[in-house]
Amino acid sequence: MDYVYAFLIGGIVCAIGQVLLDATKLTGPRVLVIFVVSGVILQAFNLYQPLVDFAGSGATVPLPGFGYSLAKGAIEGASNGILGAITGALTSTAAGITAAIVFGYLVAVLFNPKSLR
Amino acid sequence: MSKSKGTPGKEVAKAYEKYAMTFTPKPRYFYNCVKAFIAGGLLCVIAMLIQNRIMASGWEEKDAAALLTIILICSAQLLTGLGWFDTIAKVVGAGVIVPITGFANSMVAPAIEYKKEGIVLGVGGKLFSLAGPVLVCGISSAALVGIIYWFMGGMR
Repeated sequence: MDYVYAFLIGGIVCAIGQVLLDATKLTGPRVLVIFVVSGVILQAFNLYQPLVDFAGSGATVPLPGFGYSLAKGAIEGASNGILGAITGALTSTAAGITAAIVFGYLVAVLFNPKSLR
Repeated sequence: MSKSKGTPGKEVAKAYEKYAMTFTPKPRYFYNCVKAFIAGGLLCVIAMLIQNRIMASGWEEKDAAALLTIILICSAQLLTGLGWFDTIAKVVGAGVIVPITGFANSMVAPAIEYKKEGIVLGVGGKLFSLAGPVLVCGISSAALVGIIYWFMGGMR
């Protein structure tokens, strides 16, 4: 059943993104920013956690999930003082961001631009 | 074009936009939505399968989630490098752009394009031309949330 919930929630988030791309003049990167920041804001009010408990990967894999883990890390860090509040966001997402930078750099250096097939 | 020399550029741009609108095909909202829904949903199901597989081999849930993120990002970036990601994104649209794979793609795609500007300033700089706004806005707002929480905790 978990897989069905993951499919539904993940699908719905992506469908919302598609509507934003089609119906408004927002470009891809702006939609990404909107999703990440909305994930941060939702988790700030503890609204995204229930969705993660309910749908698992369906809520964490789309970009609001990235904002969710940023905010969650910052909030958890905040209980350890001001330094934790500042470092928490990046600590919780360090694996993903580092992988994206290092592997992205490697791929961009190794591969050459290709035309759209 | 000499006739429109006196008119303000803004009006011309607006008129052109209206003119161009008559030629742009209207996106098939519902059809695109269904495609994004199915592709995004499938991606999340695959992600869950991988995460369960990792957890079954003895990793904790938190570490498994981090490992899953790394796997998704690396595979999306590899597909971008091979030129396949754009082909997939053309078909399913937001289905692969909204998940974390779209973020990974938005780093590699401009970096590859600007390779001829050099490996340090071209690739290294353009790696963040699209991902930069996402990281800046996301991290700033998260840090703000953390500081507000710290402040509220101090008042109690």
